[in-house]
Amino acid sequence: MIWRALGYRLAQALVVALLVGVLSFLMMQALPGDMAFRIAAGRYGYDMVDAAAAAAVRAELGLDRPAWQGFLIWLGDLARLDLGVSVISGRPVWAEIRHQLGASLHLAGVAVILSALIGPPLGIWAGLRAGGWLDRGLLVVSAALRAVPQFLMGLILIVLVSIQLGWLPAAGHGQARHVALPALTLALGMAAVSARVARDAMAEVAARPFYAFGRWKGLTEGQMLRRHGLRNIGVAMVTFLSLQFVMLVEGVVVVESIFGWPGIGHALVHAIFGRDVPMVQGTALLLGLGFVVLNALTDLLARLIDPRGISA
Amino acid sequence: MRLILPLALAALTAAPALATEGVLDVVAPFEIKGADPSTSGNVFIKMELAETLVNADADGRLVPGLATDWQVSRDGLSWLFRLRQGVLFHDGTPLTAEAVAGALTHARAKPGLLDTAPITAIAAEGADLRITLSEPFAPLPAFLSEYRALIYAPAAYDAAGTATQVIGTGPYRLTALQEPLRLEAARFDDYWGEAARIDRVTYQAVGRAETRALLAESGDADYVFNLDPASVRRLSDGKAVEVLSVPVPRSLLIKVNAGHPALSDPRARRALSLAIDRQGLAQAILRYPSGADQLFPPSVPDWHVAGLEPLAHDPQAARAILADLGWTPGPDGILTRDGERFSLVLTTYPDRPELPLSAAVIQQMMAGIGVEVAINSTNSSEIPAGHMDGSLDLALLARNFALVPDPIGTILTDYAQDGDWGAMGWGNDAFAALIRDLAAGQGGQPQRDAAMAILQAELPVIPVAWYQQTAAVSQGVTGAVIDPFERTIGLSRMEWAGQ
Repeated sequence: MIWRALGYRLAQALVVALLVGVLSFLMMQALPGDMAFRIAAGRYGYDMVDAAAAAAVRAELGLDRPAWQGFLIWLGDLARLDLGVSVISGRPVWAEIRHQLGASLHLAGVAVILSALIGPPLGIWAGLRAGGWLDRGLLVVSAALRAVPQFLMGLILIVLVSIQLGWLPAAGHGQARHVALPALTLALGMAAVSARVARDAMAEVAARPFYAFGRWKGLTEGQMLRRHGLRNIGVAMVTFLSLQFVMLVEGVVVVESIFGWPGIGHALVHAIFGRDVPMVQGTALLLGLGFVVLNALTDLLARLIDPRGISA
Repeated sequence: MRLILPLALAALTAAPALATEGVLDVVAPFEIKGADPSTSGNVFIKMELAETLVNADADGRLVPGLATDWQVSRDGLSWLFRLRQGVLFHDGTPLTAEAVAGALTHARAKPGLLDTAPITAIAAEGADLRITLSEPFAPLPAFLSEYRALIYAPAAYDAAGTATQVIGTGPYRLTALQEPLRLEAARFDDYWGEAARIDRVTYQAVGRAETRALLAESGDADYVFNLDPASVRRLSDGKAVEVLSVPVPRSLLIKVNAGHPALSDPRARRALSLAIDRQGLAQAILRYPSGADQLFPPSVPDWHVAGLEPLAHDPQAARAILADLGWTPGPDGILTRDGERFSLVLTTYPDRPELPLSAAVIQQMMAGIGVEVAINSTNSSEIPAGHMDGSLDLALLARNFALVPDPIGTILTDYAQDGDWGAMGWGNDAFAALIRDLAAGQGGQPQRDAAMAILQAELPVIPVAWYQQTAAVSQGVTGAVIDPFERTIGLSRMEWAGQ
């Protein structure tokens, strides 16, 4: 049973890898502009890019050969689990991505934990008292938080927390304190939505007959929540969390650039500008595989906690 | 719960805003693309990790660096650089003439200034370095002061000649490199010169100008390079930081395709120039004190010509010139001639945030004299690429004339013939002769003035503004500078205030 599911996921991963490789390659070829000039600008900066630099890049990287040959080389390297070398920095793509993916995962992980601590508890609280002042207040706050673009949220937090209060560094990377503000920026946006999802799920469960029956049986609110509430809303929450991951990837790009955080979003944007094809392919590949792994984990978790379907 | 919150707040507030005690934090927009001087040498020279043979002072005069003095042979074809003795690289190996020759040979193999110099050989000669040329080339020492000519230890380079580590001779040595955004460095105790005063320093690349300004304001950074115009005003009003601002030899200019049928007549280029309200653009958009009325600012005294008739703003005169050239307004106000609309594409790039903004203002000013301009804000490389295939009409750019302290190198490559970032479809034999003579070490101030007068009359590029470089420096440190040549920030001379 579990092996069949794993085999399916593995096949899915291979298809994703191939598709991402082909698509990112084709998209990079379709972008306007001379690739040698773009790479020279990425390497040497705008003061230094000129026809001579572009010619040197073209000769060094063999950009005159047909594009499909480059793609075949990439596929061959990939078969040997080698992602190639960045055409901008000259370092192995894997070495570049490892540092930047690590930084992004660090940021995303802290953001998810923070949002899980903020959103669902508030949502459950509101859902248990659906229609009360807390519920209505939360609706307003979460709508407002969701409406604020992430770059604005980041700047507001810097001005409030770093400049007015002087509690946390405004930006940067390298120390544990540096993660707090960017993670909070991401977490507030996510918590605004997850609080609503938790609230709706909780309100629905609380309105069901079995919940009323439990109360009638004499269980306390806390016992009810632990025995019947959390597991029932858990499925909705876990499925929703994996959806949030997509939002997270989107938000990470913006937040990384505001806070000077060396992440994968930042790397991808720069690689596209600089026509760093191996970096784009490698980064897209890892992100694609990340989604497959995440989907697999979500399925697994949902199966484990769904109170209805232990045998399914 | 009631107890936890105040406790947490107290714990947070106990951490002071300037929590990086003893560490000086530098913030700038430049990312670290790799260890090699050709890609990120500008960061390593500013952070004083590595040094060049020749240094430049704030006025652009060449002063000894790793070379103590230099002389050229009578025929101008052979330069001897005497190397400083007793210098150690950060890996403990000594600075030898072989190591210097190796580093410069690697530098010359990459795109850059050095590979444009007429060098035939770089070789050790005893304890000194000999560079031989195929023709006399006076700016050679200035070329050697550029960051792409940084001297690294032999162990820094891989088999292909690319530096994979930063092993220099500077007063600071690298302790951590996290490309692309951060590095850490500590004082190098065996430095040959005066020791740095602050033990530990960091460098952080932050791309967004507003974030950089906020880092300065919150006290998280001690030296913040390159502020946006709005932040300069705000930070200048506050007390937390001191804002430094100097004009640098970098000019905002419009590169003109003089081969374009509508632009080949110098009078047409003059008309475009007359349409531009430089004063208004500088003060309202760039927040500079004034616009440029010739190519170089007064801070480059050798190339700024005091008596030159300034570029003026006179749309009326511009319209009259264009009418003389046969252009008549069409029904929508845009000029036409023989059925052709006066319609141009202005290419620019957003890496410098003021460029697209200025392009929009220039578009309006051009419309005012009946010239239709479409803006293409794209990658910087589109400008040299469009230059090469001839498709470029106009480009708005910020050209750096201080790649080396003597702008002659840049003028030579940009204007003495067609140059990717300078003249396009424009050539002037008298001008080229003057510049080649100057580069070969012949002629002086009168020749420079004459050359600049030709550019002012012919306008192969239309100067718009002189760049102002800005930095915000924390009140907690003293000794910081802005170098007009963007080589140093004064790191090893800085010290904590009150010490």
